Formats: sequence, structure tokens, C-alpha cells
Amino acid sequence: MRKAFGPLAAITGLMFAGAPFMVARAPYESSMGLVQKIFYFHVPSWFAMFTAIGVCGVASLFHLFKTSPRADRIAEAAGEIAVLFGLMGLVTGPLWGRKAWGVWWIWDAKLTIALLLEMTFISGILVRKYGGPGSDKLAAAVGIFGLAVVPFVYQAVNIWRTIHPLTSVVPTLPATMGGPFWFCVAAYMLLLVVLLMMRVNLGKRQAALDELYLAYED
Amino acid sequence: MFFRTAWLVLRKDVAIEAKSWEVLTTTLFFAVSCVLIFAFAFVKEGRPVEDAAAGILWIAIAFSGTLALGRTFERERYGETLRALLLAPAPRPALYVGKLMGMLALLGLAEMLLVPMVALMFQASLFSRPLLLVGLLAGGTIGFCAVGTLFAAMLVRARSRDVLLPILLYPIIIPVIIAGVRGTAALLGAEPDEPTAIMWIGILGAFDVVFVTLALWTFEPLMTE
Amino acid sequence: MSLRRLLIALTTFVLLSAPAFALQPPPGQSEFVPVDSVPLSDQLPAAPLLVTAYAFVWIAAMVYVWSIWRRLNKVEDEMRALAQKMPRR
Repeated sequence: MRKAFGPLAAITGLMFAGAPFMVARAPYESSMGLVQKIFYFHVPSWFAMFTAIGVCGVASLFHLFKTSPRADRIAEAAGEIAVLFGLMGLVTGPLWGRKAWGVWWIWDAKLTIALLLEMTFISGILVRKYGGPGSDKLAAAVGIFGLAVVPFVYQAVNIWRTIHPLTSVVPTLPATMGGPFWFCVAAYMLLLVVLLMMRVNLGKRQAALDELYLAYED
Repeated sequence: MFFRTAWLVLRKDVAIEAKSWEVLTTTLFFAVSCVLIFAFAFVKEGRPVEDAAAGILWIAIAFSGTLALGRTFERERYGETLRALLLAPAPRPALYVGKLMGMLALLGLAEMLLVPMVALMFQASLFSRPLLLVGLLAGGTIGFCAVGTLFAAMLVRARSRDVLLPILLYPIIIPVIIAGVRGTAALLGAEPDEPTAIMWIGILGAFDVVFVTLALWTFEPLMTE
Repeated sequence: MSLRRLLIALTTFVLLSAPAFALQPPPGQSEFVPVDSVPLSDQLPAAPLLVTAYAFVWIAAMVYVWSIWRRLNKVEDEMRALAQKMPRR
């Protein structure tokens, strides 16, 4: 697993470097023109964020019910990375929206709940930092509740219809747009995996340091 | 056994509260001052801004609820009663349900004061469809209290618990608040929009089921250290 | 995790991203409405927004990688300092 890190990181870098070329060759979308191409980075950001939230939620469940330090490290890492990808989505979205809709932000269901998810996982980071002992379980609970809210994100855009594109846009992409899109999704997923590996490794080293301190105290 | 335990916990809380009425009076007073601040903030040329009533009502509920949660569990922490409860041979989820019912009662009382106040000060026709309003308030309050009771209980032993409760609680219950506000706002127009309000009550119900189930499930592992 | 691997990752990112800003318009497409009838000509130019969006994604990822690297270094330094103190006891 550790040996795969170098090649994975290299592939990720290559894919991200190549992505703009693929995106540039994709056709323009008829109503939104050039700015629609942000879509190739915006939607995969959210895919990656939801995957990270899923990983965090499952790891949190594991840690809460089985008290596994390894699961706790994965949950901590996935939580931070979810915040990172969410930030990417929250920045690329308004940049697209400013041109396509004319406004930076709209309080429609999808944006609002996406922002709330971001805040939920930021609060998870805060509780780990400032909550004192036992905050790993608190953060696990936050991760689980955050995950529980996710299905509402998908339903919300259908229940509360606004100008945000429906979730059904992705499956109906024409092939020329689908190629770059799925390429970017793959690149983002690889980036997620690479970042997870790095962050979990950091968590492991921190745990080893704590063990050393404890042994030193004795 | 389960419901008996929950009922006993509720009775204990009510009995303690009845000695001084501290949490109830301070929560009610806070709720009233909350609405007053909004009244001054949202008044234009001497008249309240329209459509502010729904949002103000729910914000007042959320803020006073957070305060009440903090106060209630501070009392638990001070008396170390939570540990005593956990040591008792009672099913843990029953303890949670007992505490939840106590919080629901407290917030329910606060809402009974808040709704007429908001209706009066903002000239909002909140009582045009009382059953739907009760449904919205019940759904929203249950959702808020379900998550709030869980988080407040688990924060009892944490550091910085006072500021961490809102930080952890608000992002998760804001969807509940949104549903409550949108449902209430639907009722406030010149022609109350009943289907929309009913839809939001349904969404609140879904939230409540998910949150209460999750809370019941995770209460025990969270309380064990 | 070795510093070497991290440097490989960072260098790959940086070196290969340099030519990536050469956005070329695509060769003639047959499936969509032609480009010259894009109607939003009176508003903001789209290219700066697009470039900002992509740049932000890259920068955010790199800042995060750098922050992990920094924290890892701190932990490794502390471990070394502690390991030095230990054998003396």
C-alpha cells in the first residue's frame, strides 16, 4: 500500500496537468459558453467531497462502535479532505454562477446544504482541536450526522426546484463532454486517495509521537 | 423498562427544575429579549418588515434552545448526576429519551410564549392554520432537540463546551430550521399555502426520524469513555 | 513517509502544471451550437473566471499538501528530540 504512493502521486499530478487540455478540447456548451467549462472541475470537486464524507462517516461509525484508532485516523483525515474539496467546490461554483446566473451566491437548496456540510466538517476539525480529551468520539458523532444529511442534498434540489442544474445532468452528458468529465472525476478520486494516504500517515506519526511521550513519562 | 426509565428521568428533571424554575425563567426571558432585538433590528419606519416573522420565530427558538441545552447539562455536570445516571442499570437510550422529553417540554413552553409574541409584534397571521403551525413547530422542535440533547450530553465532559455546542449543533440542524421557516412562511401569506406547509412538515418528519434514530443508536457509545 | 516521496509529488505537480495554462480553443465541433452565437457578450469575460477557478483548485491542493508536509516535519523533529532524550534515562 505504501509503495503505491509514489506512482499514484505521479499519476495524479499528470492527470491534473493534462486535464485542462482535455477540457479545452471539449465542446462549448450552447447556452453558457466558455464559463461552463468550470463544470469539469466543479462537479468532480463535489463528487470527491461526498466520497470523503462517506469515508469519514463510515470510519466514524467504526471508531464509535469499535474504538479503533486506525478508523479514527482515517475519519480525521477524511474530514479534513472533505473540507478541502468542499472549499474547491464552494469557490468554483460562484465563479461559474457569477457568469452563468449573474449572481455570486443564491440561497437555493443545494448551495445552502453544501455550505452547511462544509461547516459541519469544519466544526469536526474544531472539536478535535479544542475539545480536549474524548474529542475523537465527538468528532466521530459529527461525521456521522454530517453523512446523514448528505442524502437530503440530492433530494433537496428536486424538492425545492430552483435554477441550479438538476442532478440528472450528469448521466445525460453527450460523449464529447463525458470524456473530459469522467477523466476529471478519475483525477479527483486519485487526488483524494493520495491526500488520504498522506494525511493518515501524518496521523500515524502523531500517534507514535504521543506513545513516545507516554513512554517518556513513565 | 425503557419507557419507565425515560419517564423517571423526565420526572427527576421536572422535580429539580420545579425547585427554582431557574432554567425555565431564564430561557423564557432570553427568548423574549431575542424577539425584542429582532423587533428593533427589522423595523422600517416604525413598522416591522414583512415576512420577517417566520425567520425570527425560528431563530428565537434555536437560540433559546441552545441556551436551555447548555444550562440543563451544566446542571448535570455540576452535580455529576450524569455519571450517576450512566452507572445505573438502565438502558442508556432510555436516559436519552428522558432528557429529550425534558428539553421538548422546556422548548414547548418557550414556544407557547414566543408564537403569540411574534404574531403580535410582527403582525403575522400565525394562527390562521393552527394545526399546521403546531405540526411545523413540533417537527422542528423534535429535530432540534434530538440532535441538541445528544450533542449537549456528549459535550458535558469536553473542554470549551459552551462554544462548541453551537459550533457543532447549528450546521446540522440548520436544515431543520430552514424547513421550519419555509413552512411557517408559507402559512403567513395573504392566502396560506397549505400544500407547501404540509410538504415541509413531511420533510421535518423525515429529519426527525433520521436524527432520533441516529441519536438513539450513538448515545451509548458516545457516553462511554 | 519519506521526504523524497513528498518531493516527487510536489515536483510533478509544479513542473507539469506549467504548460497546462495553454488553453487552446477546440477544433471544429459538429455537435453543438457554433461558438460565435454565444449571447452573453455584454457581461463579464469568462476566461478570467475560468482561470481563477482552475488556479484555485491547484493552489488549494498544494497548500494542503504543504500543510501536511509542515506538520509531518514538526512531528518528526519532536520524535527525534524525544528519542535523543530517552536513552539517557
